[in-house]
Amino acid sequence: MDKIFRWLSGNKQKPTPAHELTNTAPLSEQQIQAIVTNQNPRFDLQQLISGCGQSVGKQRELNEDSLLAITAMMAGNAGNLPFGLYIIADGMGGHQFGEVASNAAIRTVAGYVLRKFHPYLFHIKADAMDESFQEIMQAAVSEAQRAIQREAPGSGTTLTAALVLGQQITVAHIGDSRAYFIYPDGRVEPITRDHSLVKRLEELGHITPDEAANYPHRNVLYRALGQGEILDPDIFTVGFPQPGHLMLCSDGLWGVLTEQDLTRAVNEAPTLQRACQNLVNAANAAGGPDNISVILVQLIG
Amino acid sequence: MLLTHGWLSKGAGQTIIDKRGDTPLETRIFPELSDDQGNQGSPPPRQLQAGLTLTNRYAIQEVIGVGGMGSVYRARDMHFPNVTKLVAVKEMINTAPDPLVRETIIQNFEREANLLATLHHPSIPRIYDYFSVESRSYLVLEFIHGKDMESIINDTNSFLPEHQILAWAIELCDVLDYLHKHKPDPIIFRDMKPSNVMINHNGDVMLVDFGIAKTFQTGIKGTMIGTEGYSPPEQYRGEATPLADIYALGATLHHALTRRDPRLEPPFSFSERPIRRINQNVSPEMEAVVNMALEYNPESRFRTAADMKQALMVVARKTGALISAGPKTGPIQGSGIKALWSFKCEDEIRGTPAVSQGLVYIGSYDNNLYALNAADGKFQWKYPTDGGVVTRPVVLDGNIYFGSEDKRLHVVSARAGKVVWTYYTNGPIRSSPRIAEGHIFFGSDDNHIHAVNLNTGRMAWRFETADAVRSTPFVVRELVYVGCESGDYYAIDFRGDLKWRFHAKRSITSSTIGTEQALYFASVDSTLYALDPRNGWVLWRFRLGKPSISTPCIVDDLIFIGASDGFIYGIESRSSKEVWRFKTEHQVNGSPVVYKDSLYCGSVDGHLYCLEYRTGRLRWKFGTGGAITGTPLVADDIVYIGSTDHQIYALLA
Repeated sequence: MDKIFRWLSGNKQKPTPAHELTNTAPLSEQQIQAIVTNQNPRFDLQQLISGCGQSVGKQRELNEDSLLAITAMMAGNAGNLPFGLYIIADGMGGHQFGEVASNAAIRTVAGYVLRKFHPYLFHIKADAMDESFQEIMQAAVSEAQRAIQREAPGSGTTLTAALVLGQQITVAHIGDSRAYFIYPDGRVEPITRDHSLVKRLEELGHITPDEAANYPHRNVLYRALGQGEILDPDIFTVGFPQPGHLMLCSDGLWGVLTEQDLTRAVNEAPTLQRACQNLVNAANAAGGPDNISVILVQLIG
Repeated sequence: MLLTHGWLSKGAGQTIIDKRGDTPLETRIFPELSDDQGNQGSPPPRQLQAGLTLTNRYAIQEVIGVGGMGSVYRARDMHFPNVTKLVAVKEMINTAPDPLVRETIIQNFEREANLLATLHHPSIPRIYDYFSVESRSYLVLEFIHGKDMESIINDTNSFLPEHQILAWAIELCDVLDYLHKHKPDPIIFRDMKPSNVMINHNGDVMLVDFGIAKTFQTGIKGTMIGTEGYSPPEQYRGEATPLADIYALGATLHHALTRRDPRLEPPFSFSERPIRRINQNVSPEMEAVVNMALEYNPESRFRTAADMKQALMVVARKTGALISAGPKTGPIQGSGIKALWSFKCEDEIRGTPAVSQGLVYIGSYDNNLYALNAADGKFQWKYPTDGGVVTRPVVLDGNIYFGSEDKRLHVVSARAGKVVWTYYTNGPIRSSPRIAEGHIFFGSDDNHIHAVNLNTGRMAWRFETADAVRSTPFVVRELVYVGCESGDYYAIDFRGDLKWRFHAKRSITSSTIGTEQALYFASVDSTLYALDPRNGWVLWRFRLGKPSISTPCIVDDLIFIGASDGFIYGIESRSSKEVWRFKTEHQVNGSPVVYKDSLYCGSVDGHLYCLEYRTGRLRWKFGTGGAITGTPLVADDIVYIGSTDHQIYALLA
């Protein structure tokens, strides 16, 4: 299992070391070339690429966010199969160990999903899988729920996990981290719904979106992993946007950046890793009130 | 981010799983975890065995509840050797690896013990003892013979009578009033819900689980978590007042009266489920009291539990012995729907019609294909085959294509009904033809998919399947998708080569509909499947009540399908969540269609149903003289439907 994990992680692109990239600085010849190459949509092999970024922010001492990104490809005569697993978890509980919860969440979910897929992806002869993607994600989240209640009772975490297989994205979501589709034409489409009090009040029409933005209890969740009796994550399957990006992030990012900030950072950066770092920088520049985590994924070719 | 002490103990006290069915009279001190996501599969570590005696005093008899932090046991107090004194022993196993977390958990447990020790009320269990053994702490409590309200709701198949819920509500107001008037500080219970209310053998209520009854810290920046379902909006903000308990009592009563679990609904959505719309037996007065308790703004609720009790007493006096039976309402609309015309064949119609250029085409078990005038149902011509015609005809370029149980695919001219050519298979044809890319694709009971050239009538290829093919192939992006009676499902390319295969547990008679995103079909294994069209991986499975041979229909993001459990289902296509279901009086073997904002579907009960497709609400139904197994066809605001009463009907859509 470890070996497989290492093999899978081997394909994962490491985040580029951080350095400030201001918007006014002229691009070098090399950067322009990179942009041109990157925007060329023609690749013989359809493949998954990803980048990620994280920062504790400017006002917190502790990083309670956890993220996980696995990007893998299998291609050959039998066809090509992009396989990816992307998770963001934003722990809560302060001295009651939100970071334990978010860490347990990403490890448990990823471990469960990889164990489930291992016999089907990495065995020469495999029977057809008898569980659906949605059932696997549901079971993975339930296992994470138990792990958190065992490891750090009383704490909780958000969880937004995207399993990519071929051109399908199956999302499991609980809490107020988010998944977005970002299109080249500038459209930003949230594909998850926050399980937060403020969002619920907005849906009920008790407060306006403007009031919501300044609502004093914006952090209050009504659903979180590790908490409550009935675990009811949102689970759904959507097609991968082509062209477009899948973005996962914690509220430390979406809480301070506008949609224009998101599209600009994503569409102007030469690589996904750079785009993620730009997003983290922008969130910190906006005050960095909370931990920041972001993952960008693209299906190219 | 911070979590208040209050919420911490929620996790500690509440994740209790019910251990069901041991004794008819169940005894549960603490709430159960009622999800079925496999938690029962992993019992907590090292449960105490029956026969073991704690601190030389409490002889464990059996487990009466199981939770994330430990179990609840029934035990006998051995300090009373001459009588059998039973107690409930609530265990908390501190598994947290971190010392700080461990300490907080112990503090919460002690707080519950200390609080209970100061309370004296007939509806609050007495506490006898508190102690720790190694990493486990124990509360010894009054043992309650009885059953919690949630189990009572779940174990009853119908609505509980209003007078019973009313009696419990009055007692709950009493105990809340006692807690709220506690000196020096009021006690807020904060966790009123059916599973925390025990009904003892005398029928009196007992409030259990005081794990979080205390005051909130407010003004803490960070994320806090609340319990979904019963808590009022302000409790999520960290405000706990007596009015929060009144809201939660309202939520508890709403659950009991409607049998709708609020934890499965969006928060604060009670007003979207008016009590009397769900349960017409409830009196308007009772509904009004519960609604007032559930007011969104705390200041609009009853000011005190005593006030609410007063209001309930008024309801009790008004309804009195005379328990309102409620007005009996029949079907929403029964009659008034008249056929524009009908036409009678000489045997059953089990298939689906087609319409083209003012003519309706329909096959019958009298072996004929009929052509009728779409406007008035006048007979135009009929074409005889040597077997029953159950397939749906396809009209293209002046010709009609359809299969017959005489093993042939027939091609006849649309205008005159004269044969153009026929194509033989080795078995009856019950699979409807699909035309794409100059070819006709259809299956046969000869265990093959046939691809026939449209111009020449010659076979391009045939693909051998494991069993008879009775579903209609679905063709998109140069792939042919089809299921067969063995449960095998095939994706075949245009050369007749297998691209991938999937296997359902039982036969697939339902035909496929597909989008870019997924292929949808049902099986006799009672499952609606969504497969990835590129590789056959299962995206999701939806469990139907019984087997289905109905073909799904997709509109916007909703999928509709019938099943032999008599239901028509509306299911969200991305999340596979059920949006609505509608019950007919018999199996639904035909397939639904949507036209404008209505869904039309026949049932073996003989009716064609017209439902509002977003909500599943009945608009009208039309009775025929026999079972309907075909699919309606809607064109130009007219619905055409065949019935086993030998007739085809035309109705205004």
